Amino acid sequence: MAEMILEKQDMAAFTAEINKGYELFGPVKNGKQLEIARVNEVSDMVLEGYRNTDMSPKNLFFPQSEEMMAFKKYGDDANIYKDSLKEIAPRVIFGIRPCDAKAFSVLDQIFKNDQFIDNYWFSKREKSVMIGLGCNMPCSTCFCTSVNSHPFGETGLDVLATDLDNRYLLKTLTKKGEDILSGVSCLKVANDDDLSSAKSLSEKAVSEISGNLELKNIDKKSVLDLFNADFWERVQEPCLNCGTCTYVCPTCHCFDIQDEVFKDEGIRVRNWDSCMSWLFTIHGSGHNPRPGKKERVRQRFMHKFKYIPIKRDGEIGCVGCGRCIRMCPVNIDVREVVKLMNS
Amino acid sequence: MKNPYLPYPVKIEKIVIETEDKNLKSFELLFMNDEDKKAFNYTPGQFAELSIPGHGEIPIGIASSPTEGDNLLFTINKTGVVTTALHNMSEGDIIGVRGPLGNHYPFSEMEGKDIVIIGGGFAFTTLRSTIAYMLNEKNRKRFGNITVIYGARTPGMLLYKDQLEEWSKRDDIDMNVTVDREASGWTGKVGFVPAVTEEVAPKADNGIALICGPPIMIKFTLPVMKKLGFSAEQTITSLENRMKCGIGICGRCNIGPEYVCKDGPVFKMAQLEDMPGEY
Repeated sequence: MAEMILEKQDMAAFTAEINKGYELFGPVKNGKQLEIARVNEVSDMVLEGYRNTDMSPKNLFFPQSEEMMAFKKYGDDANIYKDSLKEIAPRVIFGIRPCDAKAFSVLDQIFKNDQFIDNYWFSKREKSVMIGLGCNMPCSTCFCTSVNSHPFGETGLDVLATDLDNRYLLKTLTKKGEDILSGVSCLKVANDDDLSSAKSLSEKAVSEISGNLELKNIDKKSVLDLFNADFWERVQEPCLNCGTCTYVCPTCHCFDIQDEVFKDEGIRVRNWDSCMSWLFTIHGSGHNPRPGKKERVRQRFMHKFKYIPIKRDGEIGCVGCGRCIRMCPVNIDVREVVKLMNS
Repeated sequence: MKNPYLPYPVKIEKIVIETEDKNLKSFELLFMNDEDKKAFNYTPGQFAELSIPGHGEIPIGIASSPTEGDNLLFTINKTGVVTTALHNMSEGDIIGVRGPLGNHYPFSEMEGKDIVIIGGGFAFTTLRSTIAYMLNEKNRKRFGNITVIYGARTPGMLLYKDQLEEWSKRDDIDMNVTVDREASGWTGKVGFVPAVTEEVAPKADNGIALICGPPIMIKFTLPVMKKLGFSAEQTITSLENRMKCGIGICGRCNIGPEYVCKDGPVFKMAQLEDMPGEY
């Protein structure tokens, strides 16, 4: 581990140096929206006064729509599916928030299990160096500290950057992180003052995150106790099943697989899907195991706070980014639901 | 590493219309590559995803047994987009198969036990696989008595009629094939599966029951099993839910924390008692 200083005025030189062989991704504007995307000009990066991107950056590794394989309708190898997995160029992703990086480490545990590994996810993950940016200004909707995350959390990152006003403190966390920063000439070794200001920024951020949620009782309660609880009736009432929460969520990963044919060629694609949809679970016979809004709303919260922890050694399927709270058209607040689940 | 989403190419070698309504067809599939055939190492109870290029994928229980040779057998009810496309295909056409997926019936636990197999309608597919597997000369002595209760609405709706006929001639399996109502030319049993089960099932002491059928059959058979003394540990069923990936990732088929595709489809009733009823 090394701690170094990058003067903000050297940002262009810095990115030029680490850019060799890498594509730079960072927070940039797309219309009114802020998103983590390919950076053309370093000056395009929005690093001041930025809290978090509107959408989660999961599309970097799990695009909303992704070609998985292709086939031809005619010819010698007609109707034989061929893998469309393409190697991506190595990427440096600068300025991702610690909650979103944590979400990637949660999804790493979902996209592989004891038998199978999803190469569409991991081939992109492995090619990416993650330089996170700690949160000096958490939002009123942030609750990362309640769900094993932190405004300056290091999980899922290769380097953690702390904004010290006119300079960044860069802390390497992995070999990948050390490699990317080694030999970069515009970096200086951090001094004790830098480290102590980073520490106080972190403490200040934690103190600004309102309301600590308790999840202990959720662990203690059985699946059926939680599943059959009365409060779901109330929770589901305002929900429109619009699915916005699932699209903006950094850990929601459910997908659909569909074939599409254009003239003589076809592709198999996977698309983000949503457990809020009635079609998500309907059987061919017309029977639907989750026929109503209540069942679908319950599924989303149970999946994140009960099912994933059971199957993934206590890991929570939520990182507290608060996007679902900000985006919900009817003001459903996940923190309130967690309180009910824990009560 | 191998891409678990990529189907193996297979050729449709044979198509059999199974039922009088022509809504159920069996497809015998031949692997086009030897290495795929070797990699597809399955045990009865497992399923596979069948790919119809341009139409999509469907999860279907494997109806053949690995003891019967290299070809795979699937029996498919024409219901939606993919199954309809498959029903319209011909012998010689190429489709894809991906698997084997899911868990299987617990054969090591079933060793030395009297096995009761209860099936209804077209849910008899993986049970066919299981019976063929257990009757194989290498396997038969591993198990005690085998009693089969299989019911359909009419004689014409029974699957695998030739096979049933063949099995009923053997003395190492007790076949009880039943239809819901009297029908001309039918000399076998008449009555619903739960009633026939109550009549012919062996003692529960050393038994294990495998039950697969439409929800209504399962609903009325479970109390009978209880009455006969089969505990929730001794009663095993196979579930289905809408699936896509089949490998426990896409997040669709879960019942509580369990994915039907990967943690199932075979569950003991004892497990299901602790799970929400979302199936």
